[in-house]
Amino acid sequence: MPATGPLFLARAVYRRRRLRDAARLLPMLGMLLLLIPALSQRSTAGDAIYLFTVWAGLIALAAFLAPGLSKADAETAPEGELAEMPPTGEDAEKTAINQTGGAG
Amino acid sequence: MQFNLLVLACLAYVILLFSVAFMVERRATRGRLGFLRSPIIYTLSLSIYCTAWTFYGAVGYAARSGIEFLTIYLGPTLVFVGWWLILRKLVRIGRQQRVTSIADLISSRFGKSNALGVVVTLIAVIAATPYIALQLQSLTLSFSVFAKGTPEAWLLPGHEDIALWVAAGLALFTILFGTRKLDAKEQHHGIVTAIAVEAVVKLVALVAVGVFVVWGLAGGVGPVIDKISAMQAPGWQLHHDRWIGLTVLAAAAVISLPRMFQVMVVENVDELHLARASWAFPLYLFAMSLFILPIAVVGLEHMPAEANPDMLVLTLPLAKGQGALAMLAFLGGFSSATSMVIVETIALATMISNNVVMPLWLRLKPGAAMSGDLRAGVLITRRLAIIGVLTLGFLYYRISGGSAALAAIGLIAFAGMAQFLPALLGGIFWRGASRKGALAGLLTGFAIWAYTLFLPSFGEGAVIPADVFADGLFGLSWLRPRALFGTVGMDPLVHSIFWSLSLNVLGFVLGSVLSFPDPVERVQGVAFVNAFDREAQAERLGWSHGQAEPEALLSLTQRILGEEALSFFEEQARAQGKDGYLPDLTPEFLAEAERRLSGSVGAATAHAMISQLFGHATVTVEDLMAVANETAQIREYSAKLEAKQEELTRTARQLREVNDKLTQLSVQKDAFLSQISHELRTPMTSIRAFSEILTEGEVPAEMVADSGRIIHSEAVRLTRLLDDLLDLTVLENGTVQLNLELAHLGQMLDRAAQSASQTRPERRFDIQRDQLSEEIYLLTDPDRLVQVFINLISNARKYCDADPAVLRIVVRQKSGRISVDFIDNGKGIPKESQRLIFEKFARLTDQMRAGGAGLGLAIVREIMANLGGTITYLPGQRGAAFRVTLPLRLEKRPEDAAT
Repeated sequence: MPATGPLFLARAVYRRRRLRDAARLLPMLGMLLLLIPALSQRSTAGDAIYLFTVWAGLIALAAFLAPGLSKADAETAPEGELAEMPPTGEDAEKTAINQTGGAG
Repeated sequence: MQFNLLVLACLAYVILLFSVAFMVERRATRGRLGFLRSPIIYTLSLSIYCTAWTFYGAVGYAARSGIEFLTIYLGPTLVFVGWWLILRKLVRIGRQQRVTSIADLISSRFGKSNALGVVVTLIAVIAATPYIALQLQSLTLSFSVFAKGTPEAWLLPGHEDIALWVAAGLALFTILFGTRKLDAKEQHHGIVTAIAVEAVVKLVALVAVGVFVVWGLAGGVGPVIDKISAMQAPGWQLHHDRWIGLTVLAAAAVISLPRMFQVMVVENVDELHLARASWAFPLYLFAMSLFILPIAVVGLEHMPAEANPDMLVLTLPLAKGQGALAMLAFLGGFSSATSMVIVETIALATMISNNVVMPLWLRLKPGAAMSGDLRAGVLITRRLAIIGVLTLGFLYYRISGGSAALAAIGLIAFAGMAQFLPALLGGIFWRGASRKGALAGLLTGFAIWAYTLFLPSFGEGAVIPADVFADGLFGLSWLRPRALFGTVGMDPLVHSIFWSLSLNVLGFVLGSVLSFPDPVERVQGVAFVNAFDREAQAERLGWSHGQAEPEALLSLTQRILGEEALSFFEEQARAQGKDGYLPDLTPEFLAEAERRLSGSVGAATAHAMISQLFGHATVTVEDLMAVANETAQIREYSAKLEAKQEELTRTARQLREVNDKLTQLSVQKDAFLSQISHELRTPMTSIRAFSEILTEGEVPAEMVADSGRIIHSEAVRLTRLLDDLLDLTVLENGTVQLNLELAHLGQMLDRAAQSASQTRPERRFDIQRDQLSEEIYLLTDPDRLVQVFINLISNARKYCDADPAVLRIVVRQKSGRISVDFIDNGKGIPKESQRLIFEKFARLTDQMRAGGAGLGLAIVREIMANLGGTITYLPGQRGAAFRVTLPLRLEKRPEDAAT
């Protein structure tokens, strides 16, 4: 078994991984909470208020997680866990043009 | 409210959308999209999920079944909130593989299979038909709501006529904007932005009606809640089976609906936009849903019992005398329906052309990849497909009678599209998923959906005979469409979803477990499942290239990608360390070329086209080793070696090129010396001879004049040669003085064409130009540039051997630079000479015909270098073709000022 990495991660990296765990669990949490009205017998108005509250909560949580996740995505990319994106066609073209310009 | 006014408002609105789309397209071609590529636009374009079903149907749904309508928006919320799980991977794969549609993704994942592409496309078209019919129905209903009670009502066309007009109008708009050009990445910035505008309109409209209803009619939030509590409508209880089933269904649909896939994956310009959309899109859905229930409850209370609950958003403000609000609501509904139809038909048309028609065509005419204009063919196919899809929607609307509740129709479509989910998710998360499994699952799910939900939707006895409903197919009671395997008493929708999806999954898993995938499938499987693993991406399918030339590939790619093909080839050649436009046909280059092509015509078609050029794909030992994960260690080691080797190969290639060039240069230098002595000597000889005659004396006067003329013209020739040489030296040293000023490109070309017309004036010679594209002012040295143009045009006049000779001048503008192509219809320049033409005294034909010293192109090249530009020979244009590229504004370089 080759050594692939350190046993313990730095604090920041550790935080990022837990953030991803949270992101993965969020839809499960949502599913559970949204099941409750179907299993219980409440008034329509009560259900509606409950559902909209849960909904707003899920949106807020997602908004809270999103910036950290997208930053983590960008930061860990060079470490090899995530593939580097190939440049888009347009960018590549620009570089090509710059290069020809430079040659002239 | 006048009906005419309404039609007028619709037209004005459509024109507004047109102009938005048009302006954005124009900005996109100039590469200035700016905020138009922001996450906000992305999120708003996702709101294509909310169609007329949401706008009109949700209120009707709420009026009939209480809060059950929320499932349709809660399902997508769960998917988006959990974007890290599925959507992120889907978008990444979509970008890596240049996927053009959901059919393309599934076909590409399972070994670029044509059969799968066709199956997915057919299911998508059939399942989308009721959905498009729904939009037509809601538009027709909303028009007729306004028509009712107006004095002109009797003048108005019937329902079906309205639907027909609407369908025709939508087809026109979609064709105009969706199929104007064949994009290399299948992205439609104009349409996406128009849809973002529509998203705002429908949200504002629905919220405005909601605010009016809650605070205007009901008297605030408290009373509305009381009213909802007091409602005791039948069917308002939550059924937990429907609640769970519909949430799952909506979650599945948001991933697999063709139009959602289009805006979410295909039109995505930046993966990070998804992070923002993960909460912003649910927020949009939240805002759309917030007022649905209040509108339904208040509407039921205020409107007569026979009023169609699907139209409450319109009828309620109308009945309360709020004409303007009703108009806004109408435009909101109009937006919802039109945006859905446009994107859905584009997505379906792409699928039909890329996955059904093109592969079929290539199979029927195997030589087709090498001839004919493919782009036009693809576009025409798409246009026809758009018309076809809308026609199907219209027919469904007519046959079903347009009477069913909107939500019920929409759910049928959702259940059909959801059949893609097992193959889609299995494909991106499970390496063992195979083509046979995907086919088995899709066909099973589709058949059960059609039998239990789609065909019964036409009514009992319409397609399926009534006795089958009662006794089952072939009299087998366990095959009753509403009670498969004896499950009597299930809700019909849940029954269909349950059986179709579970048997779909079963077929998929069994088929995958029992079959053995072929190598292409396995390589693709690794690339998809390990989309985030860089190493897996490096391993690609290898092509064994035999006989084909890079030029053949270039002309094929040009027919699909157009202008972009050249820059792609140039970029690849540069990556290999080569100059010019023709890279070596390495397996990596071929794989990349295939992916570029598949961005336009889909994976299966691109694969077929390349294999027509290069024979069948070979799976190398390395590819198979990549599939077998156990060899990771060996791979890592060999990858390092490979990288080194690649570097060495590149260096060797560069060295070889340099060496070739040096050898040629040395030969040229010798040639140059002998040339120049020869060039100087010929006129000198005649000058000497004639001056000798003159010195002898007693020469007749006319002979003196003749000799004098010859001496003069030979002296002029000498001077010109020396001037050219001097010019060249100055240019090469970079000590030339440039007179920068603003000059009009068209006028410069005019000047050049006129001056060049003295070269072989007897020839018939046409110059094709596009005056409009030449309306550009350049900051440059106009005299020098004209000199370049004259040279190129006279060369064409001299050497183009076609009759009649035609020279095409094409001007393009891109990110601050312009390029001017001079393309004639002659034989062109042989490949081995293309690299030499810009060298001194490099004349290809014999000297007598050319009549110049062979310095022209060498001077041109130096001038262009001084003007901050380049001149290159464009291969693969049928005739000789030169491209002049230069900056719009030439800045004086500081190091020049110093020298």
